[in-house]
Amino acid sequence: MGTIYILWLRQLKKYKRSPARMVASVGQPLLFLLALGFGFGPIFQKAGGGNYIQFLAPGIIAMSILFAAMFSGIETIWDKRFGFLKETLVAPVSRFQIMAGRTLGGATVATFQGFVVLGISMLAGFSPSFSLLPFAIILMLLISLLFTALGTAIATFVEDMQAFPLIMNFLVMPTFFLSGALFPVVGSSGAIASIAKVNPLAYGVEGLRNTLALGTTSNLAIDFLVLGLLTIVLLALGTYFFKKMEA
Amino acid sequence: MTNIIEVKNLTKKFKELTAVNNISFQVKKGEIFAFLGPNGAGKSTTIKMLTTLLAPTSGSIYVNNYSPQENQDEVRHSFGIVFQDPSLDDDLTALENMEFHGVLYQIPKKLRKERTKELLEFVELWERKNDLVKTFSGGMKRRLEIARGLLHHPKILFLDEPTLGLDPQTRNHIWSYIKDLNKKEGITIFFTTHYMDEADQTASKIAIIDKGEIIANGTTTELKEKTKTDSLENAFIALTGHEIREETASGVDKLREQRKMWRR
Repeated sequence: MGTIYILWLRQLKKYKRSPARMVASVGQPLLFLLALGFGFGPIFQKAGGGNYIQFLAPGIIAMSILFAAMFSGIETIWDKRFGFLKETLVAPVSRFQIMAGRTLGGATVATFQGFVVLGISMLAGFSPSFSLLPFAIILMLLISLLFTALGTAIATFVEDMQAFPLIMNFLVMPTFFLSGALFPVVGSSGAIASIAKVNPLAYGVEGLRNTLALGTTSNLAIDFLVLGLLTIVLLALGTYFFKKMEA
Repeated sequence: MTNIIEVKNLTKKFKELTAVNNISFQVKKGEIFAFLGPNGAGKSTTIKMLTTLLAPTSGSIYVNNYSPQENQDEVRHSFGIVFQDPSLDDDLTALENMEFHGVLYQIPKKLRKERTKELLEFVELWERKNDLVKTFSGGMKRRLEIARGLLHHPKILFLDEPTLGLDPQTRNHIWSYIKDLNKKEGITIFFTTHYMDEADQTASKIAIIDKGEIIANGTTTELKEKTKTDSLENAFIALTGHEIREETASGVDKLREQRKMWRR
């Protein structure tokens, strides 16, 4: 337990000491919210979609979590580069604890950023239904855990920083665009709808939209299940990679 | 005296490259053991295998009577290590780096606090305990790493080029500390260095490795007699030759190069 706690604490301390990171991570969601929200809002309304900010805000919250979580995971590459990872690897602790501690730390930071973006979206006109907020919080945590675990697992076998933009372009961006965060994927053409079915973020976006914007718990069980199971699989996978890792 | 490290027919191959080729050696408990060799000779690879970071291709290793392959945690509890490259978290304070290590090694809180104070005072960093490590000089970081490596009272301390890039004052300071530690606490020291005078003055036993094979083994006097030279440096050259070695950089090494460029 101590190991997981100290790894978690370390991530939080590092985050707290880097205000630039906080500002930067909120900037992008804000830009999306304002540019898309006010730009596409009237068109969305004309097309019969209703209030666009109400539709968009949960998607942007999910986006900010996705980016923050993946980025935290990728920080493991940083630790490799700065040599600190070796300090953890020669320590008499189980590789699962290393994986779990890192994931928990990154996920906490990502969830916190999700909250900040929720606050900002409310300033931009989003009115969430607070009665289902506890469910939304669990969803945010699950999305955070899933993508931090994914990023960490990837980082265990990636050696150089140049791979980082590649991961962002070929994994994070498609995950985001085809998640239903910006436009509804359910009613769209067959291809996009079926991609959304295998896109874990789509379940997170759907869940957040249902609980926060629509005030309904429909499909929530499936969303929890998909996100939860995938997180467990990724944690196991990451643990395995840490075991195999040679420094 | 018993052997605290026993290596038998150890081999490590990376694809077609044989980094360590069928080496055997023993380190006695309480010894100061110098592991010398030119760049790329296989020193760091051997240390990595001894410290559970790398799996051997073949051969057997016993560290404190445990196998790094089968009893990883027991081996990990037995040693402390100062790596060739820095391994501190620059964004944490000296105290936080120690704290992190102490928790990882399951040292009870009270004991952890006592030892941290004792060790940081010893390496003369107690005054700077709440400063971020990124504000430290190279020598201070080294001292902190040594203090950290000793926090869990290991039986063996591995030092991979601990004095690389340090000024003579700091080098002296670190060595007198290490020798003291060896004498008082009986900690076995296993170190590598390119400074032959360090090995000459401190090591009770020396092994020289070249191209993955151990080519000489003995006390500094024995090595000098064997090669009919008057200094360890000359003995080393006589044994390993004059040719300059190329070290192939691994992926991680390349990363460290980039890091040097990235950071101001």
